[in-house]
Amino acid sequence: MTAIATQLPARIDGLSNVRTATVLFCVAIALAFLKPVLPEWLVRLPDWMILPWAQWLQALFDFVREDLGLIYVTRTITAGLEFVLDATANIMYGKHRWPYLGPISWACVAGVSAILGYWLGGRRLALLAGGTWVWTAVIGQWDLAMQTMSVIVVAAPIAVAIGVGLGILAWRNRTIEKALRPVLAVLQTLPFFTYLLPAVIFFKVGPTAAAVATIIFAIPPMILMTTLGLKKVPPDVVEAGQMSGSTRWQMLRHVYLPAARTEILVGVNQVIMLCLAMVVLTAFIGMPGLGAKLLAMMGSFKLGRSFEIGVTIVLIAVMLDRLSKAWIVKQPVHFEKGTPWWQRHFFLLAGIAVFLLLALLAWIVPYFHEVGRRQDLSMGREIDDVIKWVLDVDWIQATTEWLRWFLNTKVLIPFRDSMLWLPTPSVIVLFAAVAYYVGGLRSALVIAAFFGIVALSGWWDRSMITLYTVISAVVLATLLGIPLAIFASRSEKWSGRILLACDTAQTFPSFIYLIPAIMLFGVNDVAVIFSILIFAMVPLTRYTIEGLRGVPVELTEAADMAGSTRKQKLWHVQLPLALPTMAVGFNQAIMFAFFMVIIAAFIGTQDLGQELQRTLAGNELGKNFVLGICVSVMALAFDHVIMRWVAGRKAALGLD
Amino acid sequence: MKTTLTRFATAAAVTAVIGMTTVGSAQAEDSGDPIIIPIHNWSSQIVMSNAVGQIFESLGRNVEYVTTDSQAVYESVRLGDVHLELEVWEGAFGKSFREALEKGGLHDAGDHDAVTREDWWYPMWTKESCPGLPSWEALNDCAELFATPETGDKGRYLDGPVDWLKHGKERAEALGLNFTVINAGSAAALWAEIGAAEKDKKPVLVFNWTPNFAEAVWPGEFVEFPEWEDGCDKDPAKGPNKDALYDCGNPAKGYLKKAAWDGMEDKWPQAYCVLTKISFTNPQIAEMAKLVDVDEQEPDEAAENWLADNEAVWKPWVEACAS
Repeated sequence: MTAIATQLPARIDGLSNVRTATVLFCVAIALAFLKPVLPEWLVRLPDWMILPWAQWLQALFDFVREDLGLIYVTRTITAGLEFVLDATANIMYGKHRWPYLGPISWACVAGVSAILGYWLGGRRLALLAGGTWVWTAVIGQWDLAMQTMSVIVVAAPIAVAIGVGLGILAWRNRTIEKALRPVLAVLQTLPFFTYLLPAVIFFKVGPTAAAVATIIFAIPPMILMTTLGLKKVPPDVVEAGQMSGSTRWQMLRHVYLPAARTEILVGVNQVIMLCLAMVVLTAFIGMPGLGAKLLAMMGSFKLGRSFEIGVTIVLIAVMLDRLSKAWIVKQPVHFEKGTPWWQRHFFLLAGIAVFLLLALLAWIVPYFHEVGRRQDLSMGREIDDVIKWVLDVDWIQATTEWLRWFLNTKVLIPFRDSMLWLPTPSVIVLFAAVAYYVGGLRSALVIAAFFGIVALSGWWDRSMITLYTVISAVVLATLLGIPLAIFASRSEKWSGRILLACDTAQTFPSFIYLIPAIMLFGVNDVAVIFSILIFAMVPLTRYTIEGLRGVPVELTEAADMAGSTRKQKLWHVQLPLALPTMAVGFNQAIMFAFFMVIIAAFIGTQDLGQELQRTLAGNELGKNFVLGICVSVMALAFDHVIMRWVAGRKAALGLD
Repeated sequence: MKTTLTRFATAAAVTAVIGMTTVGSAQAEDSGDPIIIPIHNWSSQIVMSNAVGQIFESLGRNVEYVTTDSQAVYESVRLGDVHLELEVWEGAFGKSFREALEKGGLHDAGDHDAVTREDWWYPMWTKESCPGLPSWEALNDCAELFATPETGDKGRYLDGPVDWLKHGKERAEALGLNFTVINAGSAAALWAEIGAAEKDKKPVLVFNWTPNFAEAVWPGEFVEFPEWEDGCDKDPAKGPNKDALYDCGNPAKGYLKKAAWDGMEDKWPQAYCVLTKISFTNPQIAEMAKLVDVDEQEPDEAAENWLADNEAVWKPWVEACAS
């Protein structure tokens, strides 16, 4: 099929794009229909074409690790990182390490956070910031939360620093930017199980490996946002800096970075959220605290206590999100000359005062230092009972039984079987046809190459099961999420509510709803898809709301004046204009689904995730990496096509 | 009154001096490097690790805990990043353990008294509708009791996660069982399945093991398969089906080992000596799990209580290494 494609002239107009795509599409269909008469090697690649990638990668890995001595380099870095982590661990929860000061009383942390919240965003934020810590302490999770935070307060700043640094480099140098982009793309799409073993081997199981995995996961948006911000600095600002004779460093420090402040802070916000998203997963490689406790609770079927931990994680995430967003909006305050020192630093002083006062209080009343074992207000058992009661309700049970039967036997299994039935070339040509339609020859070649890699890896069938799961979940998420978002976008109040629900769903550890999903649907694909669905709906809903609300008022008013009904306005004005933004959300939903489908291996799947899980026994790094790449290239294929479509669409609409 | 005043004065002094105020103790620095004990996500292992850690601490050692994946941990023991592992289950972790053993860096530090059993299991209520149990030969007669929408008229057996390497599929084939074997993804998934079946007393067949907290929550039995013969996994001639592997039940008395990092003996000879002496029994392990799972104690607290109640068990281990 590449032969057909390459014969075409390099420059193709829109019409012949459609024609070629149609031809490719027909080829794909023909290949499918001809399956019974196709030779064996056209249905699935013959064994001799599948090279022993796993062994080769394993050998390469051993070579880099031992002979090149990479492990000694990383272990030196680890030692430095460990020193910092030990120090924060001492201060925050009293680990026996330098500087031997900790732990800080919970009341102090809560008090200072409240002051910080007030400074950034007034009374409501003060309440949120202080209240979150009070909840954490009173529910009896203080130590756990501090163990988690002791890693995050190190990982997040490092991720920001590296991200800004690489972002600046990418902005100064096109070559670096071009080299960085595919690396970032792969890093973001590589499944979590692939990070796990290298992190443990190179960076020592424990907080260090957890910090490194978190940093790697959180860096990409920081780099992208930094580069974006710097590129958008208006030329007049730059000229003003040059006219005042700034050196290059001064230009960067005093002109570019402050002008890009908003984008950089958005990046910081993203870093914080991604760090919190990793809290539970990194517990497999030594992240202490909330995540580890959650896993232990799930292991002994304590849903209530797990749920409480989930609430704490969400609260911390929402608090940090709101604080950092308030920081983005808050412009630097300028004081008149001659303002006394204490007035300029009022909040800093207030913070110190509150800290000292509460420290004193904690010293007198131990409760404010540490909530004792039997003093907490955990309601684990009660929540357990509520969850079990809900799952017990007859009509809920009847509904889920029916859904399980209907989806499994009428939708999912037939769909899965047909994906597995299709000959490999047919699938590749089909995706290439879609790519050709959207982005022309180049896109088609990229997509064919990506799926070619999957075919050559020897994991085609497993990959198709992963793909089927992702597609099913995203289709369901679209059917549910878009109407919800359209409804929510009609009013300010509902937008706010639904967006908050999105934040919650995104940061609530997915492990917690894996279990109710199993209790409702049993260990099968319905439970798997249900758990992916919740996660994939978040970006879809969020971007649709934002896209619809972002439609310029003049246009909706024009539609109103033209006498269009609400339905007409929606279909002919709002949705078309919001479509590019919605597509970005759709793309994110697919990325999230690829992330989650691997996590769903904890429910029990038969796809790449299950094979990845299998590689953990016996540390098969080579095979692990091959599987990881399969997931990554499939995700990247979708990313490529959708983003090409968005770019074309935006250009057509004159947006951007 | 006076005491209150002094209190305030000292408090002020303390806060002023330390600046970064903290309350609580700042003890003198312990020169010994900490012994790092890995903990996983099931209760008996967590409590046992805490108990052993506290025994080490009573010897004046420094101890730290780190949470890890229970398969990847053997690579970490080998590298000396963590220094021992207290629960090496023959069935679930034997492969990872043996492979790490071959690569070098860790060794076998002796067995516990406890024996482990990991096999097909059902909660008691299942027996009411399938009275032929626990014999495996009854399974085919009851297969449709275990059927689900996805499996059609075949029964469904929920096996352990793939990385526990349980060979349920092979066994179903070798013994001609009319069952579809599905792998759960985690222990939690198994509990959820049993938990969901509990209210309607729906028959379920799942993978389970002992010692385990589940015994206390859901009474049940293992299916009695043809007894394990050595070589059943390597030699088709063993077991009832002469042409197939895995046609036996799992060993009913699997080992539960301890593993140690090779450098441990030189670095902490006394603690190492205690480690080799340590041996828990099935009831002791069940008791530890119960303190956390049923009595809702925190793991460190449970370990403390267990040690206080069982001095006769662990004191001799320490005394044997007193020199």
